[in-house]
Amino acid sequence: MSTEKPKNLTREIRNNPLRVIPVIEFRDVFLSFDDKVILDGVSFKIRRGETKIILGRSGGGKSTTIRLILGLLKPDSGQVLIDGEDITNYNESQMMPVRKKIGMVFQEGALFDSMSVYENVAYRLREQKVSEAEIEIEVNRMLQFVDLAEAIDKMPSELSGGMRRRVGIARALVGDPKIVLFDEPTAGLDPPTARTICELAIKLRDLEDVSSIFVTHEMQNLNYLCSEYATVNDEGEVVFEQEGETLCLTNTEIIMLRQGKIIFSGKDEEIRQSQDPFIHKFLRGR
Amino acid sequence: MNPFFKFIYELQEISYLLARSVAGSTKSPRYFPEILKQMDVVGVGSLPIILLTGFFTGGVLTLQGYPMLANYGGQGETGMFVATTMIRELGPVFSALMVAGRVGSAISAELGSMVVSQQIDAMRALGTDPIRKLVTPRILALIIMLPLLVVVADVLGLFGAAIIANNLFGLDYNAFITTARSGIQIEDLIGGLLKPLAFGFIIGIISCHKGLTTTGGTVGVGRATTNAVVISSVLVIIADFFLSRVIQVLLK
Repeated sequence: MSTEKPKNLTREIRNNPLRVIPVIEFRDVFLSFDDKVILDGVSFKIRRGETKIILGRSGGGKSTTIRLILGLLKPDSGQVLIDGEDITNYNESQMMPVRKKIGMVFQEGALFDSMSVYENVAYRLREQKVSEAEIEIEVNRMLQFVDLAEAIDKMPSELSGGMRRRVGIARALVGDPKIVLFDEPTAGLDPPTARTICELAIKLRDLEDVSSIFVTHEMQNLNYLCSEYATVNDEGEVVFEQEGETLCLTNTEIIMLRQGKIIFSGKDEEIRQSQDPFIHKFLRGR
Repeated sequence: MNPFFKFIYELQEISYLLARSVAGSTKSPRYFPEILKQMDVVGVGSLPIILLTGFFTGGVLTLQGYPMLANYGGQGETGMFVATTMIRELGPVFSALMVAGRVGSAISAELGSMVVSQQIDAMRALGTDPIRKLVTPRILALIIMLPLLVVVADVLGLFGAAIIANNLFGLDYNAFITTARSGIQIEDLIGGLLKPLAFGFIIGIISCHKGLTTTGGTVGVGRATTNAVVISSVLVIIADFFLSRVIQVLLK
């Protein structure tokens, strides 16, 4: 990392081509399994440092969207672009360098249960033949980030659901990916643990300039992600500020999927005022 | 989907898996530690059951064969009878069936649960080709270890046969060994070691395919495991017939 500061930061940022090109872009994506339509003409863009929350009922195509970004599935038609690169027709070996830019947090953690926590987090670096000394430093740093340094030698079967999820996050964040995908990371967790996972997502968004997709159907997550902002205070600690008179979040947007179509896209204030009966029912449960 | 198209589709998927696993073994990254680990699981792990199967198969061949040969006054040739049967057919087939039951089921259950718990997806997301990392080492381990297990089964079979022949029927050890040695041709040995290569390959590719195409949660894992064992066992026996014929034609 260079210690030299650019003279004119705003110009630097404006001239950076990566700022202009969306990190993730869907162009009119269709996908169906047999007769069931999963995605029906979905288009959206995610910019650098932006978080998109995807809401929708179970089986509404939320997880599928994430699997398309990773190239685990291919769309029937339309295009998926990562950093302006069209990955739609990439084969498995072409996808490998693209996947290096992406960290993925799976629903239940999807830890390799034949490996210890250390080996799970170290997995990506070992595959890239990084030296063991560097791996150890990185794994420790990542486990501290998710506050699980004491669990380093445990096996996944010894961990609680929340711990497994956090190990999954640590594993996804190794190598500092610029895109992080969360697939219902808080499902089935108690509220305080769910809160810590949202805090991690907020820190990544505000402090690390990471672009992310956060798939969820829990409204509490939406409140956290849309109304809090992480900064570092004078003592060097991370603090979360509430959105209010002085602060307005612009880096988090919501997409709502229904039967494979985007029925809403915008800020949290807008979705709360929406008159659509489906959205209304979704937000309030009745 | 009707059964015929389903069959064709399965065949296509298996060929595709085969092509990719062969490609996986020719290019780096290769996973040598993984291959060694699997060889240990397949070979050393199966040793006890192969020892027992071999020993008692040889024993029962003598038990049934000796009185039958005695009807024709040929009981002195028991060694030859046991050696040819064991080395040509029973050693390879029984070892393959035992390994299909033990290793094939383990492979498809392991890969199947990795599929349903999204570990395969996670592996792909982390930049590893699961075929290269999981399938190729398992198939290679089976191809390398099954012939070795067959040798063990053959030896133990002859050993068991000799002991039974001596203790139950009073046949001299020397007579047994001499007739066994004169009964075995070089073709028998070649055939008996070529077959397990093919069987190992069949068990590996079927079990990996069934494991990786698991759908439907934990119930699906059970179904995949059953299918893997049943299909690979049946294919081993069918392939045995055709291989025997091919070896007969080619080596005569």
